[in-house]
Amino acid sequence: MPVMTQKMTKVFERPRSLADIEFTYCPGCHHGLITRIIAQVIDELGIQERTVVVGPVGCSVFVYQWFRCDGIQSAHGRACAVATGIKRVNPDLIVFTYQGDGDLAAIGTAESIHAANRGENITVIFINNQIYGMTGGQMAPTTLIGQWATSCPDGRDAGLAGYPIRFSEMVAQLDAPVYVTRQSLYDQKRIMATSRAIKKAFQYQVECKGYSLVEILANCPTSWHMTPTQANKHIADVVTSVFPLGDLVDRG
Amino acid sequence: MRDKILIAGNDAIAEAGIRAGCRSYFGYPITPQNELLEYMSAHMPKAGGVFVQAESEIGAINMCYGASAAGARTMTSSSGPGMSLKLEGISYLAGSDLPCVIVNVARGGPGLGNIAPGQGDYFQATKGGGHGDYRMIVLAPATIPEATELTMLAFDLADKYRTPVLVLVDGVLGQMMEPVEFRDPVDPATLPPKPWALTGAQGRPPNIVTSFFLDPQELSELNLKRQDRYRRIVTQEVRYEEFETGDATIVIAAYGTVARIARTTVKLARNEGIKLGLLRPITLWPFPYAPLRALSNRVKVILTVEMSAGQMLEDVRLAVAERAETPFYGEMGGIVPTPRGILMEVKKYASYDAEDDQGF
Repeated sequence: MPVMTQKMTKVFERPRSLADIEFTYCPGCHHGLITRIIAQVIDELGIQERTVVVGPVGCSVFVYQWFRCDGIQSAHGRACAVATGIKRVNPDLIVFTYQGDGDLAAIGTAESIHAANRGENITVIFINNQIYGMTGGQMAPTTLIGQWATSCPDGRDAGLAGYPIRFSEMVAQLDAPVYVTRQSLYDQKRIMATSRAIKKAFQYQVECKGYSLVEILANCPTSWHMTPTQANKHIADVVTSVFPLGDLVDRG
Repeated sequence: MRDKILIAGNDAIAEAGIRAGCRSYFGYPITPQNELLEYMSAHMPKAGGVFVQAESEIGAINMCYGASAAGARTMTSSSGPGMSLKLEGISYLAGSDLPCVIVNVARGGPGLGNIAPGQGDYFQATKGGGHGDYRMIVLAPATIPEATELTMLAFDLADKYRTPVLVLVDGVLGQMMEPVEFRDPVDPATLPPKPWALTGAQGRPPNIVTSFFLDPQELSELNLKRQDRYRRIVTQEVRYEEFETGDATIVIAAYGTVARIARTTVKLARNEGIKLGLLRPITLWPFPYAPLRALSNRVKVILTVEMSAGQMLEDVRLAVAERAETPFYGEMGGIVPTPRGILMEVKKYASYDAEDDQGF
């Protein structure tokens, strides 16, 4: 090895809040990217030692393992109720949930809506990939009309299964939430915007402003049967036409 | 000298919770436990605690799960239909070794049933109800003073064994009033620390609260450790009361409101020369098998009386085996047995009392 004589400047490193454990996600999946962004935000805000990760059931069931923070696993859909309990008894903690579309917008609809309506001072990270990844690709509440899934083999039929739920729009019509936004990761510009949105959501919690929801349109190359590149293009061309990007509420 | 106050069961249990150092309550209205939630809404904030009326019983029990994981003494309450909804959360509390106190002011069932008192939730309370291999300590007071004592004890047991504890009463105990002399309140600041709690990973590795273990070996070992803890509970925490059993030839086995009524039956029976006694389980789990077994060696009949189709009866029969007769008298639908009604049942077996054992 050559001896380095010049002084080196570190320009990129693993966030301190990100644990050195291998992800369980499929190659090309956006979950890992989102996890890294959150860890980066926790570092930047200096809140690692008071953050609690509230995990869901789904592909991200192990989310509490990826952070060097206290963490808890929730029953399917109950993360926002669990976060409520933690935050109410210890308001000094920074509490965030990390939930997929099934967890947040199907089985956990009641817990998710009411935590938002009470204006709990928590941050909700909502991963909308329009599919049930962990259980093998069944229909989600956010599955697009006509989209194939293992439990709608002819594509989602609105007459049988209704329409994709725009959960953020539902939350946005409530009075309490301070920040509701929908973001994506299909190109570098969107990744940077998502980073800023997540940081803002955590910042609002640190400032005790109240409830934030960051919905992220994520991919699932495995269950969509696409390459990661195709999946990104699908999000840009198709998914965003059903789930428009941008801030829905910002009362910060 | 502490004051004696006249107070309803639901209010008394709530007050006992606050006095036990509980500073967080999460609940959802359901009759006949509403006054408990209302009392908490008024008094918990005054005590500097947290009160949240949740969106459902599922929401409430999961808020308890979060609060408990964060290290707080926490409590919820409900009745039959709401208890069914809480079972998911109770399984997760047990699977994550979290303390929590749950109150069931039981009513008539199944389904929506009615709002009159019932004891049909015994199986649900003592045999699991939720999924997986778990147990829950179940305390069954028969009076309101005892309900306050057992509610305070419930918090200590929950913390000691890191397990959910159920206080099982019924609509009668929830609604009626009795004079109560409360124990002095516990200062939450004096409670033992919980080093496993989620308080922020400051100067220590992260704490994780979970019931999720994909490795069968790991999950098996955790279950075995938990079963060890349950065995300790069985050894150390059985509570029961015997009344007039010394010379009894017939003994009633009953808990809660029914045990209280049966006490009167014992007095009525003894006035008529029938040697009747009462065994009242105070812990329904762990169940007092040993004292019942001991009784069954010297009495001829153990009559189980419940406001159910015969649920505790199964545990009585497990304890007694074939050593004594084990008849049953039950009322359902919210009908409360009367002292004389129970006495009539007792008299069916009073002939067994005869010296020559002709009754058999």
